Amino acid sequence: MTQDELLVLIYKKDERAFTHLYDMYSKSLFSVINVLVRNREEAEDVLQDVFVKIWKNIDSYHESKGRFYTWILNIARNTSIDKLRSKNFNNSQKNLSSDNFVHLLDDSNKLANKVDTIGIQEFVKRLKPKCIQIIDLLFFKGYTQQEASDELEIPLGTVKTHNRNCINDLRNYLKV
Amino acid sequence: MENKEYIESGILELYVYGLLSETENEEVSTMAKNNPEINEEIIAIEKAIVSLSSSFAPFHSVENYEKIKAKLELNPTKVIEMEPTRNWSQYIGWAAAILLLVGIGYQYNQLEQTNNQVVNATTEKAKMEKELNQLELKNKASETSLAIVRDTKNTVVPLGGQAVAPESSAKVYWNKETQVVYVDAAGLPEPPKGMVYQVWALKLNPLTPTSIGLLDNFDKNEQRMFAVSGTGDAEAFGITLEPAGGSLTPTMEQLYTLGKV
Repeated sequence: MTQDELLVLIYKKDERAFTHLYDMYSKSLFSVINVLVRNREEAEDVLQDVFVKIWKNIDSYHESKGRFYTWILNIARNTSIDKLRSKNFNNSQKNLSSDNFVHLLDDSNKLANKVDTIGIQEFVKRLKPKCIQIIDLLFFKGYTQQEASDELEIPLGTVKTHNRNCINDLRNYLKV
Repeated sequence: MENKEYIESGILELYVYGLLSETENEEVSTMAKNNPEINEEIIAIEKAIVSLSSSFAPFHSVENYEKIKAKLELNPTKVIEMEPTRNWSQYIGWAAAILLLVGIGYQYNQLEQTNNQVVNATTEKAKMEKELNQLELKNKASETSLAIVRDTKNTVVPLGGQAVAPESSAKVYWNKETQVVYVDAAGLPEPPKGMVYQVWALKLNPLTPTSIGLLDNFDKNEQRMFAVSGTGDAEAFGITLEPAGGSLTPTMEQLYTLGKV
């Protein structure tokens, strides 16, 4: 199912819409939440909150605002950060940078779809460390270009194209 | 700006990541709307990043999904739990239906066979009854014949074969008291189609033939024992072959048998 087809179901308030929504995006959002929250039980709570928010606020989404996926990704990031703040963690966003998403692999037998993902995980291991860092900061942690530039100590103007090249590598591998 | 340059700038990736300012965001949205090439690029980037992130998702329990549905007051367990149950009962349903069909087929077959047997038995019975009737009739006829032959009051007149049919023979049983005459025609060949044997009582001086009857339905009379009319004072009997219905006077060329009393 494509995102457009999903949106049609959602607008029609079709009962299946929620199930499709969950199937299509829960894993992606859950990995983002885990990178930010770094506690699996709390991450599950956040995931619940995220889907409740998505469903309750779905009427406020408009295609003119951007991709539907981007909209729910932002909800996931913001809810995760709120969770960290509410727990009075001292970790600011910046402190997250010591771990990146590849650390989710350390607990690899706890991954949701082991078999399907072994290939892509191997690929990620071979990705340039710079690519892992840049995707981790921009996509998973939602850093601005300026923040990523400071963190990685690369010129601000090259952040976008660095990231572009890394995504191109990924797309070549995935053939998308 | 050219499409290619725009795409290569890397802005579309940041658009999918949700990192652009509101103004930039609107700009890309408009571009994507009017430009299929850009729109497709955005979808491809999104696919790649969704696959990548999905493959890093730690395991999360199914209850999580149920909890969310419960919080949203969406029909609980409908999708996850009911589907296998529904399939299971479907299989049982189909299996039962197939069994039932096979059963009905078998029963129908049995019924058909039994019906056939009943029909066959009825036919057989009718056939046997018919045969029995025929046997009884035959028996009766035999008894009658035997009674005639045994009757001591009967004068027996043997008739010998004549020029046309030297091999043929017949016997006349004549009860002079009751004036009942029987002809045993077992020694005569079957008459040709359209012809019939005619029995004559003869006076010899002068030769006067009197017809005493036709041997009708010759082939149907298995005993070949025929009753004919009585005759007062016959001196001899003869049998000729005549056209169907008989003749007034005997056709002497077709005299088969003849015998004196």
